[in-house]
Amino acid sequence: MIPAIVVFIYLAVVLYIGIFAFRRSKGKEKAEDYFLASRSLGPFVFLFSLFGTNMTAFAILGSSGHAFSNGIVTFGLMASSSGLVIPLSIFFIGTRVWALGKKHGFMTPVQMFRDRWECGHIGTVIFAVQAVLLVPYIIIGIMGGGTTLNTISGGFVPYWFGGAIVAMVVMSYVFFGGMRGTAWVNTFQTVLFLTFGAVALIVIGVGMGGFRNAAQSMLAAPALAPLMTRERISPLYFFSYTFIPLSAIAFPHILIFCLTARKMGQFKKTVIFYPLCIMAIWLPCVFLGVMANRVTDVPEIRAKQEARRVLATQGKTMAPEARDELREKAAGDDVIMILLKRYAPFWLAGLLGAGIMAAVMASDSQILALSTMFTEDVFAFYGGKRRFGEGVQIQTGRIFIVLITMFAYAVALRAPETIFELAIQYAFSGYAALSPLLVAALFWKGSTKWGALATTAWTAAAVVAVAIFQHSVPAPAPGPATLVWSLGGWEVLTRTPGGTAVFGFMPVVPMVIVSALLMIVVSMLTRKPKDATIAKYFESAR
Amino acid sequence: MKKLLLILAVVTVYVLHQDFWNWRTAYPLVFGFVPIGLFYQGCFSVAASLLMWMLVKFAWPGHLEREVGENASEEDAPK
Repeated sequence: MIPAIVVFIYLAVVLYIGIFAFRRSKGKEKAEDYFLASRSLGPFVFLFSLFGTNMTAFAILGSSGHAFSNGIVTFGLMASSSGLVIPLSIFFIGTRVWALGKKHGFMTPVQMFRDRWECGHIGTVIFAVQAVLLVPYIIIGIMGGGTTLNTISGGFVPYWFGGAIVAMVVMSYVFFGGMRGTAWVNTFQTVLFLTFGAVALIVIGVGMGGFRNAAQSMLAAPALAPLMTRERISPLYFFSYTFIPLSAIAFPHILIFCLTARKMGQFKKTVIFYPLCIMAIWLPCVFLGVMANRVTDVPEIRAKQEARRVLATQGKTMAPEARDELREKAAGDDVIMILLKRYAPFWLAGLLGAGIMAAVMASDSQILALSTMFTEDVFAFYGGKRRFGEGVQIQTGRIFIVLITMFAYAVALRAPETIFELAIQYAFSGYAALSPLLVAALFWKGSTKWGALATTAWTAAAVVAVAIFQHSVPAPAPGPATLVWSLGGWEVLTRTPGGTAVFGFMPVVPMVIVSALLMIVVSMLTRKPKDATIAKYFESAR
Repeated sequence: MKKLLLILAVVTVYVLHQDFWNWRTAYPLVFGFVPIGLFYQGCFSVAASLLMWMLVKFAWPGHLEREVGENASEEDAPK
């Protein structure tokens, strides 16, 4: 119970920071101040809040859970590839969007697209697709909050109540503090969860009597040795994953955060330190997730391993529902919490639990981004701001924050997928497929609104198609994938235990490639914006 | 030439991420407990940070900053 109390104190501190930010901004009832903190964030807050906003529940819970089941491959799959692709995209795209926002007053990506391609309703379509894809990300935060509080309190706080508390706290500081409150809370949280990794590694390592013996005994056990290599994942799948981080810059909350920097120079430290920050949090979590397989004196971990064993040996003869049930039992999203409970003293488990909560609660900026997008791209665009004024616009944004949080909470109570799968399969792949929109808008004079519409429609259709396909064809047991469609000896479409494969790649690869091709082909066939508009974006056209 | 070298550096670092040569082995264990595949990817993160430092040093889009500065001073100028 003591760890849960420490976590509750942490939640109260976070709430106070949000309310303090509200007091600081009182009297400045301007949309730009509430939604973008008046574009005034300094270098330290900018780096930590931008990084923190991209580290959600899966950075700690999902990564260690994925590593528990799949081994060390998790780090290379998601962390080190993100450490390269995300700073590159911030360097090339984030800086340009910042400059355009500063010059033309844009507050959302859709405002920029509407101006760049001289379109109105197509912008609304892009908003709708972005909004629908962002909601799963918010759900992850609430699910992670429920799981964490439930585990840390030893089951005393039920999942539904833990999720409700996290939803309420996040909603409150976003509601009151807007972007300033969210950025300050994110900075505080990032400092906390960056220290989490190192402290957790030392405490658990000492508790286990050092990692040397654990590593040696894992390598000696035939069922566990593959977790110390990457043989459970194919190189094609590994390569596919490098497309997933393309989603980061296309996420509206990341792009909107890029608009909050006071100077462009603040991007310099951010892009240089980003890979190191990712390493600092992911490396210990992945390693501990793998090592959790050696903690066989904990009944919860033994139960997970038993479920994994049954799935591997008898899964083929089971009904799909029974397989899904076993998969849920084998999922390791809570292993890091189990390790802390087993090895950390009570007070430290509470502090480390607060570190986990910090990562889990990163859904704040997604909620704020959705609210910013709704009020700017829909409310203001369709005349609401002109008719009712800026004060009503901010209040509308606040009401939207309440509604979207309640909706996400309701879904989180019903969603059966693990945190990791839910995030990857829907939000990440979809946003990666939207990234050609930004590249085309900023680097290709020939791009048009019809190209943008084709890319957006394709993304929406592809995400829905993958979801329907995975719902209709049950996931096979661990082992060979189920071949659904082959052509001339090529395995075109297969259902794998973890998702879908197209020619052996994750769906994100064809999604991004087709998205880019549609942008190119459709733009070449349709009329370009006026020269004056293009000149606003390209120095060479002036 | 500088641009070409930087593009080459970005492509090289991306290719180095696909370290298929460490795929099926855990050995050597660095520090006696870190599998080589994990250690390599940790070093890769440091390389990514160095690459970003190079880009900031040699390819920083300073013209964007100047444009914003000019724009701001035009707006501030007395009319």
